[in-house]
Amino acid sequence: MSSPALDLGQAHRAARRRARVPRAPGLPRLISPIVLVLLWQAAGSSGLLPEHLIAAPVKIARTAVDLTEAGTLPDAIIVSLQRVAVGFLIGAVAGVALALAAGLSRLGENAIDPPMQMLRALPFYGLIPLFILWFGIGETPKIALVALGVAFPLYLNTYAGIRAVDGRLVEAGRVLRLGRTALIRHVILPAALPQALVGLRQSLGIAWLALIVAEQVNADAGLGWMINDAREFMRTDVIVVGLVVYSVLGLLTDALVRLIERRALVWRQAFQPA
Amino acid sequence: MAASLPTRVTGSVETRAAATARVASVRGLTRVFGDRTVIDGLDIDIERGEFVALLGRSGSGKSTLLRALAGLDRDATGNLTVDGTVAVAFQEPRLLPWKRVIDNVALGLDRPRAEARQALEEVGLGGLATAWPLTLSGGEAQRASLARALVREPDLLLLDEPFSALDALTRITMHRLVLDLWTRHGRKEEDAAGRGGLSVLLVTHDVDEALRLADRVLVLGEGRIAYETRVDAPRPRSAGDLIGLRTDLLEQLGVNEEDR
Ligand SMILES: Nc1ncnc2c1ncn2[C@@H]1O[C@H](COP(=O)(O)OP(=O)(O)O)[C@@H](O)[C@H]1O
Ligand SMILES: [Mg+2]
Repeated sequence: MSSPALDLGQAHRAARRRARVPRAPGLPRLISPIVLVLLWQAAGSSGLLPEHLIAAPVKIARTAVDLTEAGTLPDAIIVSLQRVAVGFLIGAVAGVALALAAGLSRLGENAIDPPMQMLRALPFYGLIPLFILWFGIGETPKIALVALGVAFPLYLNTYAGIRAVDGRLVEAGRVLRLGRTALIRHVILPAALPQALVGLRQSLGIAWLALIVAEQVNADAGLGWMINDAREFMRTDVIVVGLVVYSVLGLLTDALVRLIERRALVWRQAFQPA
Repeated sequence: MAASLPTRVTGSVETRAAATARVASVRGLTRVFGDRTVIDGLDIDIERGEFVALLGRSGSGKSTLLRALAGLDRDATGNLTVDGTVAVAFQEPRLLPWKRVIDNVALGLDRPRAEARQALEEVGLGGLATAWPLTLSGGEAQRASLARALVREPDLLLLDEPFSALDALTRITMHRLVLDLWTRHGRKEEDAAGRGGLSVLLVTHDVDEALRLADRVLVLGEGRIAYETRVDAPRPRSAGDLIGLRTDLLEQLGVNEEDR
């Protein structure tokens, strides 16, 4: 460890190596999924697996292309993405703001944390009937459900992160004559960030789930609508395309959070052994 | 600028003449945890430019006293006056892991980072300015922590067993470094302000460390200064100069002849 540049190099190399570990075996791990898809295709082509139960892979792929060319799929994706984005934004702002208020002041803690801890036990998909009564069947209940699903994991994790800050570092900050604002900015928030990012990841996962549930209930646009509509006509191929798109979108947002984590927590990666 | 620290002061705070000879003066300091009185009416004076070592068995209240001096303990009672600024290096370096070494050193300074860089050079860490704290070795982290304390140009530097977690070789290097820094900062201050310069209070449980470094060695026992001795041997000191004092101090700490 003679020069800092060398340290960083090692850290980056370590990060890259770690990221590659699950994929490193490569081909051997791909064999069984490929075989399964081939079997599925064979079962479909031979009529063993009727299309009203589930369409064959080739058919699904062709449908995906058709839906894309017709514009149905892109439109649906845009509508669903919008719902998730708006709901996520509202939920994230609320969750983080509440966590900061509860984590950084005694008054906020007493006022906010008890109700939040009670509400977290609520099966929030069970709120759908209420939401429909309150907000009707338009966009609002869907966005509200996503926002609610997002707010809780972000609140719980960010709050826990703030609470778990090492008191010895806070004390060191005091000795360095940091004021309250500087203490929060330089010590407390950075210390809480790793846990808050865990919350972010959980909340994005929940955001997609909440969207799927909300879109099943009543929708006239979006991926959920596309799937429901396909059910009426027993288009299992369209349903599967919808499901695949949901999972790809979920994976993409998860990858985004991982990227943010890697950027924001470099100081921690430098520490993990290669 | 007599800075009376946020300690619940029961007596009156003396009004002091400017540039007094003492950097810190403690009278009747008491600290109770539950029904245990850990510090019990303790008195200490630290002269400007003086290097004081505070010895004591584990649990004797050394850290408690130091926290009171650093203004970190609101529940200590007594009379405590510190004339000037205080900086602390703890037993664990307590660097913020999410800030590079140099930003740790510069934390809370409104002065330019050049000073932080210079402080790092002083402790021999110039090359690691942009390293992450978690990549440092124990000795490097402790030196960074020392730089972070020194860059504030304190009048009183409080060191709470900063070397106890280091290996024997690193500890020797650190001793030399601390003496070096103390000498250098003492002189600089003296020239500029015409007063004594950096004072150090080093908490330790290592008798030899205390004897090698300090002008004066205090032993904490029963919540007070139970014993005190000057060390007049010129530095660098060798163990041979100090055998008599060493025996006295070990006795004060309750170490018997057979244990040694
Ligand atoms: N916050 C605290 N609450 C209760 N007891 C404490 C606290 N801090 C220190 N003590 C007690 O005070 C005594 C002295 O502690 P300390 O000053 O850390 O000792 P030393 O630094 O000399 O080893 C110990 O018995 C310790 O258990
Ligand atoms: Mg201690």
